[in-house]
Amino acid sequence: MKKLIANREIEVNEEGYLTNFSQWDKNIGEELAKEQSIDMTDRHWEAIDFIHEKFKKEEPLSIRGIKKSGVLDIKEFYSLFPGGPLKKATLIAGIPKPKSCI
Amino acid sequence: MKNLVILGAGTSGTMMANHLVSKLPKNDWKITIIDQYKTHYYQPGFLFLPFDIYTTKQVKKNGEKFIPKGVNYIQEKIDLIVTDENQVKLESGTILDYDILIVATGTKTAPDEIEGMNGPEWYKSVFDFYTYEGAKALRNKLREWKGGKLVVHITEMPIKCPVAPLEFAFLADSFFKHKGIRDKVDITFVTPLDGAFTKPKATKALHYLLEEKNIKEVTNFNIECVDYENNKIIDYADTEVEYDLLVTVPTNMGDALMERSGLGDDLNYIPTHKATLQSKAHENIFAIGDATNLPASKAGSVAHFEAEILTENILRYINGEPLKEEFDGHANCFIETGGGKALLIDFNYNHEPVEGTFPFPGVGPLSLLKESRTNHMGKMAFRWIYWNMLIKGIHIPFVSATMSEKGKHFEEVK
Repeated sequence: MKKLIANREIEVNEEGYLTNFSQWDKNIGEELAKEQSIDMTDRHWEAIDFIHEKFKKEEPLSIRGIKKSGVLDIKEFYSLFPGGPLKKATLIAGIPKPKSCI
Repeated sequence: MKNLVILGAGTSGTMMANHLVSKLPKNDWKITIIDQYKTHYYQPGFLFLPFDIYTTKQVKKNGEKFIPKGVNYIQEKIDLIVTDENQVKLESGTILDYDILIVATGTKTAPDEIEGMNGPEWYKSVFDFYTYEGAKALRNKLREWKGGKLVVHITEMPIKCPVAPLEFAFLADSFFKHKGIRDKVDITFVTPLDGAFTKPKATKALHYLLEEKNIKEVTNFNIECVDYENNKIIDYADTEVEYDLLVTVPTNMGDALMERSGLGDDLNYIPTHKATLQSKAHENIFAIGDATNLPASKAGSVAHFEAEILTENILRYINGEPLKEEFDGHANCFIETGGGKALLIDFNYNHEPVEGTFPFPGVGPLSLLKESRTNHMGKMAFRWIYWNMLIKGIHIPFVSATMSEKGKHFEEVK
């Protein structure tokens, strides 16, 4: 389905995650963050950069990955994206949420 | 004489030995397979062992029986892969040269990764069922357990057979009903993901199962430690879940051999090309099954489909032809829902599980993403198929290595 984000028509799934990463840019990320009541700071973007790197290498995202990232620790990750940090950070990053097979 | 060496004689390694022995010219190629353990386990059976549905004898056999004649079988621990020399070093000091290496060392549980998990309560009130020892210890516990808070828990993804914990919760519901103590048992499913079901169509089609069986869900739970003194698990957001009996799936990791040999990622899985199964770092090293880092499920069915494609790619590699980029992440799994019923799902890298029929479009007899008794019969029959066809590399009729889109209700086909 399509959704208007930052004045652009973007392809998203039922849960609002982008289905085509090439449509993502920082403005989109900023808008998606606002919907989650998150104001993006430099630290947020550093976390998103790290997530993008993992995504491009097709490596699975996990809390362990954050722990080993050298970018931020788990407590900070939770404070940047309160609630479900991986779920929210992947939404803002424009990539699929971590999932199981069903 | 050239050497093809397979590391690991589990589901994937055994299948590859069986496929390749008839395909590689015997005068030119020597095939060797190495595994330190003599027992071959039917791992899907670990789900049934705790509930006394399968006996210990039904889930293990002597692995040697399944290694074909003409393959050199070495039962020893592997010390190191020296990629610069194309050599494998064994614990005894023996050195094997390889021209082609297939890594099929699988994945293991790593309960030490979480503080307090592998502690004094391990196999007393905290169990796994992903190992033979864990499943058996849990069976003995369940035989005498009088009820209380049962917590079924996933530590972190990825794990082998991602639906097994959910199946465990469903079977536990049936088990306690049958015992007449379901009212004394509280079942909670705890996951680091945002639901027991994570894909939109499956959530819609299957969430009723949790409600029907009165299984509570705790989601987005990233465990920090097991507080075994106070019987609770605690996550990074300081959420606590109390248990009387904790059945957890510990962190899954590839073999430590990968770390020692500099071949693995953070979790000791081998970075692998997802369509060809060639390792990213070395063109003469291939990986299959749970040992890879592919974004596919870690499951026997995936390994089975990979084996057919990898066999062809090994032959192409030997002949200097370009590899086939064919593996699509195809997986096909029965999911026990308790009470003698099961679901069947069929999916790949691009398609989430949907409703439809399998393997014959429009006919079945198996139905996708719907509970049925026929599906349960399929799951039970699968043990025979595993021992007699699957690991022997015999093609399973009508089931193709890549996913078929026929007879399935896709809304959109990419």
